[in-house]
Amino acid sequence: MNFLSIFVLIPLLMMIGLFFAKNRSQINFIAATGSVILLILTGILTYMYLDARAAGDMAEMLFRADTVWYAPFNIHYSVGVDGVSVAMIILTSIIVFTGVFASWRIDPLPKEFFLWFFLLTIGVYGFFISIDLFTMFMYYEIALIPMYLLIGVWGTGAKEYAAMKLTLMLMGGSALLLVGILGIYFLSGAESMNILDIAQKTIPLSAQYYLFPLTFMGFGVLGALFPFHTWSPDGHASAPTAVSMLHAGVLMKLGGYGAFRVAMYLMPEAAHEMAWIFLILTGISVIYGAFSAVVQTDLKYINAYSSVSHCGLVLFAILMMNETAMTGAIMQMLSHGLMTALFFALIGMIYGRTHTRDIRLMGGLMKVLPFLGVSYVIAGLASLGLPGLSGFVAEMTIFVGSFQETDTFHRVLTIVAASSIVITAVYILRVVGKILFGKVQDAHHEELTDATWWERISVVTLIIAIIALGSLPLWISNMIHDSLLPVVANLMR
Amino acid sequence: MNYASFLQLHDELSLLAVIVILLIYDVFAGEKAMRYFQPIAIILVGIHTILNCFPRDPFDVAGGMYQYVPMLTYIKTILNIGTIIVFLQAHKWLNSAESIIRRGEFYFLTLCTLLGMYFMMSAGHFLMFFIGIETASIPMATLVAFNKFNHKSSEAGAKYLLSAVFATGISLFGMSLIYGVSGTLYFADLSTILTGGPLQLLALVFFAIGLFFKISLVPFHLWTPDVYEGAPTSITSYLSVISKGSAVFILFTIFVKVFGNMISDWQSILYGLIVISITLANIFAIRQKNLKRFLAYSSISQAGYIMLAVISGSAVGMSSLVYYVLVYMFSNLAVFGVVQTIENQSGKIQISDYNGLYQTNPKLSVVMMLALFSLAGIPPFAGFFSKFFVFSAAAQQGFYVLLFIALLNTIISLYYYLLVVKAMFLTKSENPIEVVESDNAMKISLVVCTIAIVVIGLFSSIYNQIAVFGFGI
Repeated sequence: MNFLSIFVLIPLLMMIGLFFAKNRSQINFIAATGSVILLILTGILTYMYLDARAAGDMAEMLFRADTVWYAPFNIHYSVGVDGVSVAMIILTSIIVFTGVFASWRIDPLPKEFFLWFFLLTIGVYGFFISIDLFTMFMYYEIALIPMYLLIGVWGTGAKEYAAMKLTLMLMGGSALLLVGILGIYFLSGAESMNILDIAQKTIPLSAQYYLFPLTFMGFGVLGALFPFHTWSPDGHASAPTAVSMLHAGVLMKLGGYGAFRVAMYLMPEAAHEMAWIFLILTGISVIYGAFSAVVQTDLKYINAYSSVSHCGLVLFAILMMNETAMTGAIMQMLSHGLMTALFFALIGMIYGRTHTRDIRLMGGLMKVLPFLGVSYVIAGLASLGLPGLSGFVAEMTIFVGSFQETDTFHRVLTIVAASSIVITAVYILRVVGKILFGKVQDAHHEELTDATWWERISVVTLIIAIIALGSLPLWISNMIHDSLLPVVANLMR
Repeated sequence: MNYASFLQLHDELSLLAVIVILLIYDVFAGEKAMRYFQPIAIILVGIHTILNCFPRDPFDVAGGMYQYVPMLTYIKTILNIGTIIVFLQAHKWLNSAESIIRRGEFYFLTLCTLLGMYFMMSAGHFLMFFIGIETASIPMATLVAFNKFNHKSSEAGAKYLLSAVFATGISLFGMSLIYGVSGTLYFADLSTILTGGPLQLLALVFFAIGLFFKISLVPFHLWTPDVYEGAPTSITSYLSVISKGSAVFILFTIFVKVFGNMISDWQSILYGLIVISITLANIFAIRQKNLKRFLAYSSISQAGYIMLAVISGSAVGMSSLVYYVLVYMFSNLAVFGVVQTIENQSGKIQISDYNGLYQTNPKLSVVMMLALFSLAGIPPFAGFFSKFFVFSAAAQQGFYVLLFIALLNTIISLYYYLLVVKAMFLTKSENPIEVVESDNAMKISLVVCTIAIVVIGLFSSIYNQIAVFGFGI
């Protein structure tokens, strides 16, 4: 049994356990135990990975396992991780752990909720450990479909509309992707669908011209690339707390990760030729998302648009195609994942108490809910890039990297994208000022109680992770940087 | 033709034996013995399936009238299993007051159509093919009109018969043209003679229309929704899976074996048919309120997806096609099983009747949902794998634009499948369908289908086994 496959196996075992669970405490016990185990395993994986690298193992992917699955199509069940995947697995484990605690009192149908939640988890872990195009695509789709029911059944607001829109748009993305993947496999002439094998081959340039946009857009839909981002605000606003956390925190990263691992890595020539189109689109994402967040009044919409802006920055940095910017992109994935999960967790907790997410109807919550208030401020500061917190490290790396591209086109876009930092400050401070400080708007809000123990676990874990990433970024950024070298080398060829 | 080579047809012979035994049993058994009729029928078909599920070496009988290839064993076994599942699902319905006196006929007629399909698929000569397709069609029309006092059922029967006759007529005309240009009807001889002249092209088109009708590709689909709606649900499921599966198989075989030199001609015909079949059927499916009509359109679009395997014209396409039929059979029969259970108990068949089904019938809802996900091609269910393989088969031959259109259509199909899921899980209802009790036979069939849907994709050995014989030629 390969070590990495355990990450897929544990959620599966949890699902089987949940199937037989009888009451809420058993359900919560299984969910909590499983997520703690995943967290511990992630720690072990990270240690083993760093240890192997320190011992001088320079293989591109570590902990490889390879089994033939569908021989006629050369489909293998093939797993392996590099630094980027490890970083993503760390992120996933933290968010799954905190998500479980954030939905400690989920109602109704807790059993079904966690069943779908862990199916989603299987998809995410599987995607990050796969290095075979087929299994990667399969896990990607496994991660999509539970969203429909999770939002549709447990969501709020216009949930049926949002669930359908999200599912269909992401399915549309995967339709583009499937053409891309089949094209890559058949036209590269590789012997298997393994990414590392295909990277050795050169896909004919004429084919790359349509395969690259297909693949990049296919993943870009999930990464909220303008103009395919419209599922994101509705979907995140309607989703239940833990699902918003997992979706904005991890699932949107599948888009960036896939764009980088498949589109950029396998089709470097087209990436160079066509990057400008997508750079403009991502630039629009960054600015448009930030401006939209400024005018929203619903807390979740604000955060959803801010996610569009921040995830746009991820794709933007990937397209810069130099080591520094790409390292920044992965750091931004981590940082945004943690931040946005914290935001959505807090918004869920506040909404559970005030029963409104309209910022015009809230105020002075700092006095009533000091714990949640302070946490919200920390999340906000991380989001607008305060040094010492994760957002600063990530955005700094991205913009330093982007500025290394010296031609006018890249310079202008970098400056435009960097201006989003200012806009971020506007919408974050506006919300913080409006809902946390000032007079209490509603008399009922005076009687609210502060966070419960399970909510505190969730929030504190995320805050610790944000501070850790912001204060001690070097080990993780080195880990990512080293793993980016083969990709960058491929891009330079 | 000597005795030994006659025995080589033991697939057909054992099915014929089952049919004769059941017919005699039905005629002579008393009231008491008839109670065991249905279990005996299912067991006999089961024994027949097991006896004939081992592939043999290829051979010809009757000077090439009948051709055996190992792939036939697989497709026949798949159809046998499907028939058994249909029998299990029909168990309760056949015991109801109105159909109990006719249950013997149900088994007899169904197995007769199956025998017809056997001959059709094993044909090595157009005459044999024609006898097979007619043996399959005529009892089928009787089955569609099974509830003869039900106005819709008898109307559907007439519709099916008339359109079938018309389509077969056109097909016969095609065959006569083939004979006219070549002077032979043996598949083996034809492959070198038919090279793509104008008259031969005409023959191809006329001939293929008969099968397109069976597969119900647009624009030969017009009978499908009415017949699906009017026929008893067991017959509908039989029609949508078994009849369609066999027709697709023989279409592929004949296209490759007989019209192998005209590959670019039939590929371009199929190209157009696939695009309009998938697209139109999907658009119509969105607007359906009646679940059986909905499934009719869904099956038309599924047929379009199966054609992606045919258009590839390759060995991979053949194994993907058989695999697709297998997966499609389990998924579709699971859906029809649930529909039938609910229809038998409450008579409700509209999609809106399914609102809030999860509150009262969680198990049935979950089975239905898994089956719909499989039809929509969502992993980890088997439908994802079968779709992926037919797409790969088409992509391998470079049909990327076609693939793209088909994939865009999967979004539409996901939308309407989700509409049913939404009705069951999301929409709250004041008076949902009351708790439905299904009999054991139905339960067994649903469990088998569900396990198959979940397991077939993940265990690759099934596909790998089918692929061993690829073409079987």
